[in-house]
Amino acid sequence: MKRSTNAIEISDLVKTFGRTRALDGLDLTVRAGEVHGFLGPNGAGKSTTIRVLLGLLRADSGSVRLLGGDPWGEAVALHRRLAYVPGDVELWPNLTGGEAIDLLARLRGGLDPKRRALLLDRFELDPTKKGRTYSKGNRQKVALVAALASRAELLLLDEPTAGLDPLMEAVFQELIGEAKENGQTVLLSSHIMAQVEKLCDRVSIVRQGKVVQSGTLDDLRHLTRTSVEATTSRPVAGLDALPGVHDLRVEPVEADAEGSGVTSVRFSVDRPAMDRAISALAEFGVRTLLSHPPTLEELMLRHYGDRHNGDRHNGAREAAER
Amino acid sequence: MNGTATATPAEATTAAVPSGEPAGPLVGTGTMVRFALRRDRVRLPVWLGLLTLTTAASVASFQSNYPEPEDRAGAAETLRSPAGIAMSGPEHYLDEGYDIGAMTGHQLLGFFALAVGLMAVLTVVRHTRVEEETGRAELVRSGVLGRHAQLAAALTVAAAASLLLGALLAGTLAAIEADGLTAEGALLYGAATAALGLAFAGTAGVAAQITAFSRGATGLGLAVVGAAYALRSVGDVGPTALSWASPVGWAQRGYPFVDNRWWPLLLLLALAGVTAALAFWLSTRRDLNAGLRPPRPGRPGAAASLATPLGLATRLGRGTALGFAAGALLLGAMLGSVLSDAEQMLEEVEEMARQLAIEDASITELFTSVCLSILAIVALAAVVAALGRARAEETDGRAEPLLATALSRTAWIGGQLGFALGAATLVLLVAGLALGAAGAASTGDASLLPELAFASLAYAPAVWFTGGLALALFGWFPRATAAAWAVPAYAMGVVFLGEIVDLPDALRELSPLGHVPSVPAAPLEWTPLLVLTALAAGLSWLGVLGVRRRDFELP
Repeated sequence: MKRSTNAIEISDLVKTFGRTRALDGLDLTVRAGEVHGFLGPNGAGKSTTIRVLLGLLRADSGSVRLLGGDPWGEAVALHRRLAYVPGDVELWPNLTGGEAIDLLARLRGGLDPKRRALLLDRFELDPTKKGRTYSKGNRQKVALVAALASRAELLLLDEPTAGLDPLMEAVFQELIGEAKENGQTVLLSSHIMAQVEKLCDRVSIVRQGKVVQSGTLDDLRHLTRTSVEATTSRPVAGLDALPGVHDLRVEPVEADAEGSGVTSVRFSVDRPAMDRAISALAEFGVRTLLSHPPTLEELMLRHYGDRHNGDRHNGAREAAER
Repeated sequence: MNGTATATPAEATTAAVPSGEPAGPLVGTGTMVRFALRRDRVRLPVWLGLLTLTTAASVASFQSNYPEPEDRAGAAETLRSPAGIAMSGPEHYLDEGYDIGAMTGHQLLGFFALAVGLMAVLTVVRHTRVEEETGRAELVRSGVLGRHAQLAAALTVAAAASLLLGALLAGTLAAIEADGLTAEGALLYGAATAALGLAFAGTAGVAAQITAFSRGATGLGLAVVGAAYALRSVGDVGPTALSWASPVGWAQRGYPFVDNRWWPLLLLLALAGVTAALAFWLSTRRDLNAGLRPPRPGRPGAAASLATPLGLATRLGRGTALGFAAGALLLGAMLGSVLSDAEQMLEEVEEMARQLAIEDASITELFTSVCLSILAIVALAAVVAALGRARAEETDGRAEPLLATALSRTAWIGGQLGFALGAATLVLLVAGLALGAAGAASTGDASLLPELAFASLAYAPAVWFTGGLALALFGWFPRATAAAWAVPAYAMGVVFLGEIVDLPDALRELSPLGHVPSVPAAPLEWTPLLVLTALAAGLSWLGVLGVRRRDFELP
């Protein structure tokens, strides 16, 4: 069987629950062998998308291909090739963690006992405790060990590290790095920016049931503004008249040791306007200059920041930002 | 300054326990009671309304079915049989003029003891162990709440519901104009029901301390109620001492409307007090979220059998199934052990026996067939409970990771169904074997063992049908899966009250047990059994189809 170049292809996916439109024409492409970040606020539709991919929910409309197959009709065959970690793992109260790991892994088609032992060791998980006595983080580890021990082609991870401590988070990141080297594809739904920035080749940002942005982190940064912080020897004026300059703040600063008056200036600037803005700034005697690309957090905030203003303003705001 | 009731927050922080503020183990009980009442604002009125109405309806049917003293005398003679006594109450009720009052005390008190016990157990466990298991207790107890407040509130609410039910029953019965339905009897009847509720609330409080699982606590609490009923059944037919070991027996031996003895209620109140105190004491011997026995480490890996759908369903459901099997075993053995008493009792009323016996059935056969239909209800409950687990697996989110593996929905639900049907059939067989073995031992007739074990299997198709119905509900109306409990509940109503309220055949046959030939009293007919089996298969197929095509409900 020829391996498709895309592990996941979703286009125009719609899923409603009663009156709620959980997915509203969602498009998502995950290439084989990549680690794909799936970002979005709570209730944006990330888990619903993953559950459609698992064949647990039936799509209302749109097309969904998973590893070249139909996730609803061919669920069982496809599930042999993937492993899933939910964000909130529920275990059987009277089964031990070790039993739950074996159960899940064997139902998928078996596991490598050496790898299981290695993962238990790396996650420092005691497999003899009963499910009801595990803390949230340890329940999460049970599902992670079961999934990562499988060497499945595709890992579907829905906020998999919720409840893990920072040391375990680091272990998780190492293991995902190894999975990528082994050629496994990963769809990683996450809230943790550092995790996504470190692990993901490409990112899709989902919001209200739609993917609003998709691409490599660099691509996304190209689309957004660079932050600039500078101090100048003369007061800055007229910068706000330049197109592409936003959020300008100019403040006088106490005279420094050299005695001359200093002005602090901060703004963000669209990529095409960078050259003009820096030229204009240079006229005021630049003494220090700091510029950095937007962090993923800023990217996210830019897409969700307007949530606070109420959704009815979205259309106007997005139009204004073009 | 200090020592006044109005300490400022700054002053309050200086002492671990601010003076003037309550700090005992019961602080916050009032708040928790109001909270529980708020949560149960529909549930409890429905319970109370239903029990009051069915009591009134039963008395009305006595009046219409047995209007004249001669009718009632006939009924009394019918009931003076082992089966009649086992299903109702002690023989003494029949001795002096079986009026409507005596009928009510005899027929209804025992049956409604089961209902009030169910209400008390469900209420207490719901507000104690369920709260702990879900983690809500932890949140609530982090507030200003005494150690015993939650248990105290749960017991208070269950007790208040029982007392209110007692008052409603007393008022209702006193208001009905009928022979022998005296005001004092009505008051005693209501008080006995209330005292039963208190006692079963206390035992449920103890059950909630013993096991860490709410399912286990409910099972244990209900087992106590069931055992109390079974003890009195057996004691009333055989050795009276057994009836005196049962709370239900105590209540019935107050003989409301006949002797109006109040003192047996003291036994119930004492039991309530002792068990409540025991529950409070036990709760101090354990940690929050834990049972009395500390959790022990288990297997580091799974046995090969666990990774099959049937193996998984068996592992998850075996505890509950074993509980049902143990219940069936005990009940069967108790009923079987009084077979010789039953025969003896019958020799005394040989004449009546001849009139009563349908066709060629002996009285022993009649008695055992009634026993089997009671035991079949246990199996009905077992099959519904086992399939209810599938729903819990779905809504609690444990089925989700399973179905994300190569396990198909058909295999998953097939495993659950296979286990449910197999386990419930086994419960039936255990019941039949126990009844047969104990019966053979008490009468010396060894042939009873194979005969009754085989006869018990006649009920299997009805059990499978109920399983199919539960699965069909799960497949197509998943939120209504629990509605399948109506089948065992209705069957119980028919078996216990059907005869005395003279239920029409059409209503009797609404229960799947109504279609099972009353072996060994009646000849074995295959047609209804085959039809039930076919229906069971059809419903199961429909259910699987529903499970395959619907969305999974996820937390």
